[in-house]
Amino acid sequence: MTPGAAMTPGAEVVVVGAGIVGAAVARALALAGVGVTVLDRGPAACGTSASGEGNILVSDKAPGPELELARHSAGLWPALAAELTEELGPRFPALEYEPKGGLVVATTAEGAAGLTGFAAAQRDAGVLATELSADQALALEPWLTPDPAAVVHYPEDAQIQPVVATEALLASARLHGARLRVGCEVLGPVVARGRLVGLRTTGGDIAADQVVVAAGPWSGEVAARLGVDLPVLPRRGVVLVTARMPQRVFHKVYDADYVGAVASGAEDLQTSGVVESTPAGTVLIGSSREHVGFDATLRVRVLRELAARALRLFPFLADVPVQRAYGGFRPYTPDHLPVIGPDPRLPGLWHATGHEGAGIGLSAATAELLRDLLLDRTPTLAATPFAVDRYVLTSTAPPTAAGTEHG
Amino acid sequence: MTQVVVIGAGPAGLAAAVRARGRGAEVVLVDAMAQVGGQYWRRPPEGPGGDGPLPGNDARRFAVLRERLAADPGCRVLTGTQVWALEQRPGLPPEVHLLQESPDGENRRLVLAPQALVLATGAHDRTLPFPGWDLPGVFTAGAAQTLAKGEGLPVGRRVLVAGAGPFLLPAAVSLAAAGARVVGVHEAASLGRLADGYLSRPWESAGALGKTLELGRYALAHARHRIPYRTASAVVAAHGAQRVESVTVAALDAEWAPVPGTGRELEVDAVCVSHGFTPRLELAVAAGCRIASGRAVLVDAAQRTSVPGVYAAGEITGTGGAHLALAEGAVAGHCAAGGDVADPGLRGIRRLRRVHAAFARRLEAAHAVRPGWRGWLDDATTVCRCEGVTVGTLREVAAATGSAGMRSLRLTTRAGLGMCQGRVCGRTVEELLGVEGAGDHRPVAVPVRLGDLASEPVAVELVDSTSAHRMKPVEPCGTQRANRGGA
Ligand SMILES: Cc1cc2nc3c(=O)[nH]c(=O)nc-3n(C[C@H](O)[C@H](O)[C@H](O)COP(=O)(O)OP(=O)(O)OC[C@H]3O[C@@H](n4cnc5c(N)ncnc54)[C@H](O)[C@@H]3O)c2cc1C
Ligand SMILES: Cc1cc2nc3c(=O)[nH]c(=O)nc-3n(C[C@H](O)[C@H](O)[C@H](O)COP(=O)(O)OP(=O)(O)OC[C@H]3O[C@@H](n4cnc5c(N)ncnc54)[C@H](O)[C@@H]3O)c2cc1C
Repeated sequence: MTPGAAMTPGAEVVVVGAGIVGAAVARALALAGVGVTVLDRGPAACGTSASGEGNILVSDKAPGPELELARHSAGLWPALAAELTEELGPRFPALEYEPKGGLVVATTAEGAAGLTGFAAAQRDAGVLATELSADQALALEPWLTPDPAAVVHYPEDAQIQPVVATEALLASARLHGARLRVGCEVLGPVVARGRLVGLRTTGGDIAADQVVVAAGPWSGEVAARLGVDLPVLPRRGVVLVTARMPQRVFHKVYDADYVGAVASGAEDLQTSGVVESTPAGTVLIGSSREHVGFDATLRVRVLRELAARALRLFPFLADVPVQRAYGGFRPYTPDHLPVIGPDPRLPGLWHATGHEGAGIGLSAATAELLRDLLLDRTPTLAATPFAVDRYVLTSTAPPTAAGTEHG
Repeated sequence: MTQVVVIGAGPAGLAAAVRARGRGAEVVLVDAMAQVGGQYWRRPPEGPGGDGPLPGNDARRFAVLRERLAADPGCRVLTGTQVWALEQRPGLPPEVHLLQESPDGENRRLVLAPQALVLATGAHDRTLPFPGWDLPGVFTAGAAQTLAKGEGLPVGRRVLVAGAGPFLLPAAVSLAAAGARVVGVHEAASLGRLADGYLSRPWESAGALGKTLELGRYALAHARHRIPYRTASAVVAAHGAQRVESVTVAALDAEWAPVPGTGRELEVDAVCVSHGFTPRLELAVAAGCRIASGRAVLVDAAQRTSVPGVYAAGEITGTGGAHLALAEGAVAGHCAAGGDVADPGLRGIRRLRRVHAAFARRLEAAHAVRPGWRGWLDDATTVCRCEGVTVGTLREVAAATGSAGMRSLRLTTRAGLGMCQGRVCGRTVEELLGVEGAGDHRPVAVPVRLGDLASEPVAVELVDSTSAHRMKPVEPCGTQRANRGGA
């Protein structure tokens, strides 16, 4: 099944993209004794992984392969964060891994019905999801809107500082022998006898036994340069950051009004409120979803919608100033599932991309899965749902996964 | 009739508004401050709704500009009004999003959709860090001058003024006039560089005579107050337990590196520092204007930026002082209202602009920040005051992560992520790390309360469709509501 798989340790893998996914993959391979080089056209950790939030969530995923991947990844993070902290020492900035749990709040009757049904299905799939009374919810979040229609507590949700996490994975990968080349853009393939054997880059040709594309929302473009079609597209998201304040939000708190309006591919604006405080004392309010290509210009309407949603959850925020807004482009695929594994069309080419609004959380399990496939080990999770074959072999798009991510 | 929105009511914006009116455009002039005048003509508020006395510099000029606009029904002056965002429109100048704060909390959000936009957002002073610069008692020269001029309050009894640029002189004079004993003015530039800047090609300065006289006047005032003036000298540390009690000054070499063994401690209770100005570029960046190297909005002879219908004038096109700002503003207003830069009516203005620009280049050459200043930092020196990030932390994190990306470095160190959003420390951090940043990319230009952000904005029609000469919503022109604003 894996053209060009079964590699021997010591062989050279080139990872394209020094975001969190490329960093996690590089570290996993380096730890397994594989020679790895990570390339990035910019500096490291300055793409999507530095433009979003750091939620590690199970709460927003419907039963199915992504939930499995998310649960597995969420389970890997505590040990991973501890290992990185240990390895890199106290001089390295803190990862701020916080297993603080999430509350999903419905403020309308329809939202409540959708939420409780969704949570029941997740419980059947093994997710911890406890319905709370308004009093119980207010005990956990005293500043929450006093009359929520329904609240579900997800103790498995966590958060991490995504840029520190990316830099930490890269630093650790380097400690285990990986190399990083920044300012080096992939332009095209070097192919020999139908097999990818290297990359043409702005820094010259680079030989590679295997190439892993982890170029986030630019993965479609990189794949095209290598001669294959990969449906990874950008989906714009914007986050608001408030001024610092004494902590008044204690969990990750999302609004559930998305549950009825399941993941649509509509061009139009979608927002789902996510409110969380950071160790720095700011509150992050995310995030929007728009199909506007790579257009990064500000739209006031989007900010307004985000603000309005946050106020429905936490009315006290009305007096809190927003001091900045930032955003990025989630790498999304038509069926909202990542692409992880070998590309049957070009032996030597692998993908680890398309994580949309969940790449920070999913990076740990993605790296493990890709490493196992690349080294011909038996993966912990079934790899087929993430295989690129689903785009190659079927002409019609697979059914849309239910649920909307909150990243 | 062209509808022109001018952002910033300093010398550049006032001149632009008057000129645009002169060509018959409908004008809306917006400023965050409670009063028009900008930095140059900043005045103390005098009771509710009132205007304070006029300042000394070019007071008549200011009075004329201000009265022209106040008496003009074709110009609406919105003071106490912040532009918090610009939203780009293809082929057109951006939509202008305004916030009017009122003391009763009933803030208003307004939107303007201009046919032409003049950006005249000015500059704020730049301060280089040194050990102890975050102690109480260390002020920017601008803040000290505002207090001295506005409230008649000196920031201390024994005050030292240091930094670089001609602005040190008026700052010292206002402090002395307010009753402080100014123990010295320490200019970092060397005498040689100053001489090259000011004295070479003297014919270029001929037209900037007013400027030269102004400097001369300050120099005289210095003599009267017997203020020692030293060149190639800087404050390299401030000391004190609760607040500044003394400073160390040291001689600098031509690149501003402290010369070892020259440090000497002086007793003071306040220090005022200024190392030139840094333009307020966030709106220009938000509009999509190209920024030239050296952080100035790129403009052509008509003050046009790279964005259709967007003009820029004053300090945001490069440090030049109030007179250059006036000339650039006049050209920008004229052209934004449909005029041609070659129009004969602009001949005198074009000449003034040329002369003052040449003079500004000399000042820049004389006083521009040199890289040796890093030599007076130590690892414990705070760089980002909002987030308490030190030089040591910056260097340590950069070394630990091996990162060369400003986006990552900001988020791993938190430098520049605080209340001022890197306005104070952004350039310093970039220079310290040798990494280029996103410059002045701040799409939310001023903090906005979430409640205001969530509210419905009111579209301001520039011209009432029933009567081409009235503005809507109707509010007397030049109306200024008291106690609003603040930068
Ligand atoms: C607003 C927002 C909020 C989000 N919130 C969350 C959240 O809470 N939780 C979560 O898990 N996820 C969240 N995400 C999603 C998450 O950020 C992404 O899924 C993840 O960062 C993707 O990582 P990556 O490594 O695939 O891509 P990136 O971080 O984008 O890295 C790709 C790298 O590839 C490089 N590259 C591109 N083209 C080339 C080329 N030709 N040659 C060389 N290098 C190239 C780029 O420079 C870049 O550095 C959010 C995203 C956004 C936008
Ligand atoms: C403290 C200080 C003192 C100075 N003293 C002198 C001096 O003595 N002599 C001299 O020649 N030069 C001086 N300068 C330089 C001075 O900036 C200029 O000479 C002159 O004021 C420039 O005019 P301007 O119109 O370009 O900008 P400014 O006078 O700075 O006016 C810009 C205006 O734009 C407004 N503005 C900016 N952003 C927004 C926004 N988002 N929303 C709404 N309004 C906004 C500001 O409130 C301000 O009023 C000084 C500068 C400073 C900072």
